[in-house]
Amino acid sequence: MLNKNTLMTIVFALVAVALPVIIKAPYQQHILILVIIWATIGTAWNLLSGYAGQVSFGHAAFFGVGAYSAGLLTLHYGLSPWWGLALGPVMAMLIALPIGAIAFRLRGPYFALATLALGEIFRLMFLNMTGFTNGAKGILIMPAITSKIAYYYIGLGILAATLLVTYLIVHSKIGYYLVSIREDQDAATSLGIPTTFYKNLALLPSALFTGLAGAFYMNYVTFIDPDIVFNLTDISIMVILVVMLGGVATTWGPTIGAALYIIMGELFRTTLGSANVLVFGVLVCLIIMFLPNGIAGELDIIKRITQRKKAGLSGGV
Amino acid sequence: MEDAWIKFGQTVICGILLGGMYSLIAIGMTLIMGVMKIVNLAHGALVMVGMYVVYICATNYGIDPYIGMFIAMPVLFFLGCLIQKYMINRLVEVDSILPENQVLLTVGIMLVLTEGIRLFFKSDYRSVVTSYSSDTLYIGAMSISVPLVIGFIIAMAFTFLLHMFLTKSDLGKSIRATAQDRDAAIFMGVNSSKITMITFGLGAALAAAGGSLLLPLFYLFPDVGHLFTAKSFIITILGGLGSTWGAAIGGLVIGLSESLGATYISMGYKDVVGLVMFILVLLFLPGGIRSLVKR
Amino acid sequence: MGILEARGITKRFGGLTAVNELSFAVDKGEIFGIIGPNGSGKTTVFNMISRFFPITAGEIYFNDRRIDALPAHEICKIGIGRTFQVVKPLRRMTVQENVMAGAFLRTRNISKARRKAKEIINFCNLDDYRSRAAMGLPIPLRKRLEIARALATEPVLLLLDETCAGLNPKESEAAIDLIRRIRDTGVTIIIIEHIMKVMMGISDRILAINFGKEIAMGKPQEVANHPEVIKAYLGEAYA
Repeated sequence: MLNKNTLMTIVFALVAVALPVIIKAPYQQHILILVIIWATIGTAWNLLSGYAGQVSFGHAAFFGVGAYSAGLLTLHYGLSPWWGLALGPVMAMLIALPIGAIAFRLRGPYFALATLALGEIFRLMFLNMTGFTNGAKGILIMPAITSKIAYYYIGLGILAATLLVTYLIVHSKIGYYLVSIREDQDAATSLGIPTTFYKNLALLPSALFTGLAGAFYMNYVTFIDPDIVFNLTDISIMVILVVMLGGVATTWGPTIGAALYIIMGELFRTTLGSANVLVFGVLVCLIIMFLPNGIAGELDIIKRITQRKKAGLSGGV
Repeated sequence: MEDAWIKFGQTVICGILLGGMYSLIAIGMTLIMGVMKIVNLAHGALVMVGMYVVYICATNYGIDPYIGMFIAMPVLFFLGCLIQKYMINRLVEVDSILPENQVLLTVGIMLVLTEGIRLFFKSDYRSVVTSYSSDTLYIGAMSISVPLVIGFIIAMAFTFLLHMFLTKSDLGKSIRATAQDRDAAIFMGVNSSKITMITFGLGAALAAAGGSLLLPLFYLFPDVGHLFTAKSFIITILGGLGSTWGAAIGGLVIGLSESLGATYISMGYKDVVGLVMFILVLLFLPGGIRSLVKR
Repeated sequence: MGILEARGITKRFGGLTAVNELSFAVDKGEIFGIIGPNGSGKTTVFNMISRFFPITAGEIYFNDRRIDALPAHEICKIGIGRTFQVVKPLRRMTVQENVMAGAFLRTRNISKARRKAKEIINFCNLDDYRSRAAMGLPIPLRKRLEIARALATEPVLLLLDETCAGLNPKESEAAIDLIRRIRDTGVTIIIIEHIMKVMMGISDRILAINFGKEIAMGKPQEVANHPEVIKAYLGEAYA
């Protein structure tokens, strides 16, 4: 059983490493890098929202703070934006603490609404603190590296780290506790689980890797403004759609979702022109109505059902 | 000194008048949230669609916006019923890991509505100009815009009518019963799928009404809906989920605080004020204004 | 010596007093029953002991330690497990994973938790359903799973909330057998039940309450024949 999973992981990894060698066109490599960024945010969001069930509508706050950490280091101190890769995650975790302290007092849709409002507060603050952040003008940096392949491998490293850490957390005692909290918070409490503590254990790494993705985004795209990196629809809600499409609470779901979402988005954009977002919206509705647990999620369920049938048969004989 | 008081009075009055129209939109949302227990992020988009209907009536057929409103309302009622019946209602049978999937479905609906409109009207800013658009009314030294006053009066009239409908008619009573205890209502013979459909339609119609009244005051563009979604959320939570009067008062509070915030703090931070209030209410007054009255 | 002692505990919800200055002591190793008509405050007593909400007044002692100010999750840690009247299975987790979630209270090690879960699943006769998702189980099995999950936290005192409600006589019998076997391992049990008959056979002592107050206390036979109890259950005419 374990071997099959390991084998799949190795195949995935080999393909990922080999991709930029096969795909040489800069535009296509650009798409791959975007997929990696979204897969990272998705995987990070999935830990808090998919496994622990605390559906965040405010992950743009972590992404934006990560991106601005990198941008502001350059703007104010003339440091390389690459230092943002160290500062961004730290800052994201720092803002995660008060966000958690506020939002974890609420449950279900109220939690979602609180995170949505908190995310928007961050956007507005960064928009209005013009002296510190440049406001709506944004921050433009000069890239030190221009090779897409270099960005690809750095991004891939970040994604691999995110996947690994998430996997380790989910497959430990913490993971069992997080899923218990998602399934029934009262039952979890009755089993001696300090729910707020464990929710924070999911939130902090989730913020860390989202912040890391943000810092990397700044380095790669070289321009940010608050309406890009703190965007409610394009970041916070989009990450939810990515994970829902790929598979909530699955290891590979967010990556699959990111790949499909980015590639589909680009295809629509190039072939459908101005109707692309409309078609995308229709697709979102269809996915939620007919694939509520995402592609990886539905496969998982199908697998469980067939296994159960097999087990039942052998048990009967 | 004199000028400062005039400015203050004008700010307060404008805030309350504007708030009355926000109330109408928020009442639509609170009805939907109260009866269906869902978070409807497409509400602002419904407002926006309603505004475009009025806009088309005004520019293509020369119909006055306050009359066009009575075309927009049934159109949106119908649209709301369709959305509820064929999309949101389907999720009841779907087994999803995260119950928040219905929130996402409303996001999808929001995208479809917004982008559908954008396809036809582009992202251009539009406005409806009427002969009285820029008329002002003078109360002492304070000048108040006429559309603001008309809008407020109509909004209050609708709020009153809705209140009568919900408390006096059989259908209205069924809606309230479903909001209070769905299972009990079904047990008592209420056809819940019909009620939810009508409620969503009604909520959408109210959104359209509010939007129509605001049309002479706001620029119209496809993304204008986000603004109204955010506002009605804050108002709904502030007023107490599902409470019509709570939403009416919440609307006035938000209109007032926004207007004061814009005058005395800064345009940029006025939205922050609303959001912070929203979070404070969630944390410390989970039942909203209604819970204060009940005590 | 009493393992659990409640002294004058009171719970008010707004103007309603659900539990009113109730006192009782549970002895180590006994099965202690709490009976009362619907809405008499039985489940509220459990929620007070397990700290699901703060108590309005009174004191609760567990092994002579005051526990009424501990956070809810600590209650389980010090050895008080509970089940819920309306069962709360971790729906998308298998039976095995449900029980493991309980077992993790005493270990961080996955294979240890798994082993412990297997033992308890076996003890509760749930072996056939080990890899079934909890959401697919029928009610009697869910109730048993609820007990298994609580047992995995290695409680010294187990609070069982209406374990037999909604079960047919045969299933009820099996549940009672399980409860007895749990007691035989040395676990003290407080059990709430609406059905008098079940309680009579299983409890060492019974506390009867109505409107949040004690109306009788003692051996099952004494309590069953107590006029106040008969009145509460059958109405004035039968007293």
